[in-house]
Amino acid sequence: MTAFADPQRPSACPACDAAPLAEEIAARAAPKDARLMLALPGIHCAGCISGVERILTGLPGVRDARVNLTLRRAAVEAGPEVEAEALCAALNEAGYEAHELDPGVLASTEIDARGRALLMGLAVAVFAMMNVMLLSVAVWSGAEGVTRDMMHWISAAIAIPAVIFCGQPFYTSAFTALRGGRLNMDVPITLAIALAVGTSLYETMLSGDHAYFDAAIALCTFLLAGRYLDHRTRANARSAAQELAALEVPRALRLTGQGTETVAAADLRPGDLVRVLPGGRIPVDGRVTDGHTELDRSVMTGETLPAVAAPGDAVHAGEANLTGPITVEVQAAGRDTELARIADLIAVAEAGRNNYTSLADAAAKLYAPGVHIIAVLAAAGWWLATMDVRVALNIAAAVLIITCPCALGLAVPAVTTAASGRLFRKGLLIKKGTALERLAEVDTVVFDKTGTLTDGAPEPLGLDQLDEASSRVALALSQGSAHPLAQAMARGLAARGITAARVDCVVEQPGFGVEGTWRGKPVRLGRAGWVGGGDAVATTATYLRIADAPAQAIRFADTLRDGAAELVADLQAEGKRVVLLSGDVEAAVAAFATRIGITEVISEARPEAKANAISALASNGAKVLMVGDGMNDTAALTAAHVSISPASALEAARSASDMVLTGQSLAPILDAMTTARSARSRIKENFTIASVYNVLAVPLAVAGLCSPLIAALAMSSSSLTVSLNALRLR
Amino acid sequence: MDVLGILIPASLLLGGVGLAAFWWMLRKGQFDDPDGDAHRILREDYDDKPKR
Repeated sequence: MTAFADPQRPSACPACDAAPLAEEIAARAAPKDARLMLALPGIHCAGCISGVERILTGLPGVRDARVNLTLRRAAVEAGPEVEAEALCAALNEAGYEAHELDPGVLASTEIDARGRALLMGLAVAVFAMMNVMLLSVAVWSGAEGVTRDMMHWISAAIAIPAVIFCGQPFYTSAFTALRGGRLNMDVPITLAIALAVGTSLYETMLSGDHAYFDAAIALCTFLLAGRYLDHRTRANARSAAQELAALEVPRALRLTGQGTETVAAADLRPGDLVRVLPGGRIPVDGRVTDGHTELDRSVMTGETLPAVAAPGDAVHAGEANLTGPITVEVQAAGRDTELARIADLIAVAEAGRNNYTSLADAAAKLYAPGVHIIAVLAAAGWWLATMDVRVALNIAAAVLIITCPCALGLAVPAVTTAASGRLFRKGLLIKKGTALERLAEVDTVVFDKTGTLTDGAPEPLGLDQLDEASSRVALALSQGSAHPLAQAMARGLAARGITAARVDCVVEQPGFGVEGTWRGKPVRLGRAGWVGGGDAVATTATYLRIADAPAQAIRFADTLRDGAAELVADLQAEGKRVVLLSGDVEAAVAAFATRIGITEVISEARPEAKANAISALASNGAKVLMVGDGMNDTAALTAAHVSISPASALEAARSASDMVLTGQSLAPILDAMTTARSARSRIKENFTIASVYNVLAVPLAVAGLCSPLIAALAMSSSSLTVSLNALRLR
Repeated sequence: MDVLGILIPASLLLGGVGLAAFWWMLRKGQFDDPDGDAHRILREDYDDKPKR
């Protein structure tokens, strides 16, 4: 996985920025598709649908546009000359937030073949069940002789094709398990269906009393409902995750003899020259050949302080260019970059993660052999007692039907569907099925600093101590730069109601600062060495110098992400161990830790050190929740028991984590932990309910007292109870 | 009880028609955008059928 880029960028359309991504995605993103997909996160009403469709169809080259409000997407049919960037720009101008999506990545969700097949199977099963149940009512209420046989025959005619069609997911899964020499939940299901239908057909031929066609088809229906819920939860999470991945279409500006051309980052070769504009992300590993700038390396190293880059300096894929345009000579692209090393680390961490056994797997492991043993014992007992194979087979079929895991099959999907729906509304996306269960066990929480507990934007300190003239000059100068420190300062000063002084000839010197002329005197804002006339301070700061007066330092501190301080305090109040794990320099991390109230601190950690720290905690028996966002966190995220990354995290970090926050705030993490714990106890309750039903009904079946009516009642009531119990989740 | 000979096939036929209709709707993509379709009916521009 070598995919990364930051969707939070000052430019209008993040997808338009050059960003390297997995090669396979890049290959598919080659600009030949006439069908474009746009993400429209802000649309919500009929007016939005009309507005977006009117704007899109009004653009030249667009043949057709259709908005899907459920998925918040638009599909556009257009000529090959139409660029998605232009469509995004037109929509943004009209006030609709729009991003380009990669249709190749989305193809699998658009035609959700498996989901449709399950839904169709469920529809057929419900249709067949209703009809067979109606016919069975006649038998239960005392139909006899020819009438009963006729009802049985019609039931058989409906149930047998329906069971063959609807049960396919179970048969294939059971077959694969058996071929691999394992037993799973589907083996007893398949056996129960086959035996029930087989003995019922045999009984019907002999004009027998009992036929279990209704039970066989009801079984299929309840289990398919569980499967469909399960599939929908997973598909929703997957499509949302894919949508995040598809937001980052990797492009690079390659210099040619005539000018520049936009190419896929994967097509770059060593020796190519690439232009990287301010605000863009460096797509390759290479060397600067032209231009001065400052680079934000926080996603690679966790350092908050921008680093200067001049001709001859090495740059790495994933770093963001802040101030000046630079030309980079490609030394390694795609799989060969520095990132490959981190990808190796992730693979190691993946292998080291102990295999988690989910509650459902644990239940299946006990259940599958147990059911078979009971059925075989019951059949053998009756055969020895009566020496009648027909009676023995009937008993075995009854036992398998009664014990069949309808409730077990619904117990987990119903709860996870309810829980993930609730958490999605609160702003947390669950990507992996067992993540909720693992989250419920967490006792240690490890946070990354930059970009996770802080939101990456620095905050100027002591602006009130500047005199008015200095403030006005500082505002005028800082408005002339795209550097994050300058922008933070401009925001801070503007919020204090200061108006900009009239400064002429404002010029940005990329990598150094901004200078201009104020009332005939030179003024400068930037690095200490360049501004001159003062000493540098130890923390992040910028310097203002007016004419020959001494330079004034303006210090900066990281801003806390929304909800970060409350989250840390609440976690500590709950008795969780909280650790800060950062790649930033020790002084900055220590100062930050004191501010937010974390005592356990590990600083200057390289990606390997981060992963090792997590493994060390885990080997001491801690269940670690890792919260991180950077490239340097990916190995640690993979190594942790469960992991969460914020929406602003790199694609690689998001794909390594089990859950993704969809909003800016960290607050949903605490909600998620509460919900996870109650979901876990609901699942356990559901297993208890299902077991109680089995314990009550199995003796009846073994004793041969289980009529089809009792089987139908037991099955329906246990399934209903567990579904309703799941909906109680808070 | 002779009436069963008519009623059972009739009920099966009606159920089958419903099932076929559901299958057709699923294939035509009528469940692809339930929220959008609910809102589309309220807007003023002419759009009487889902565009493919």
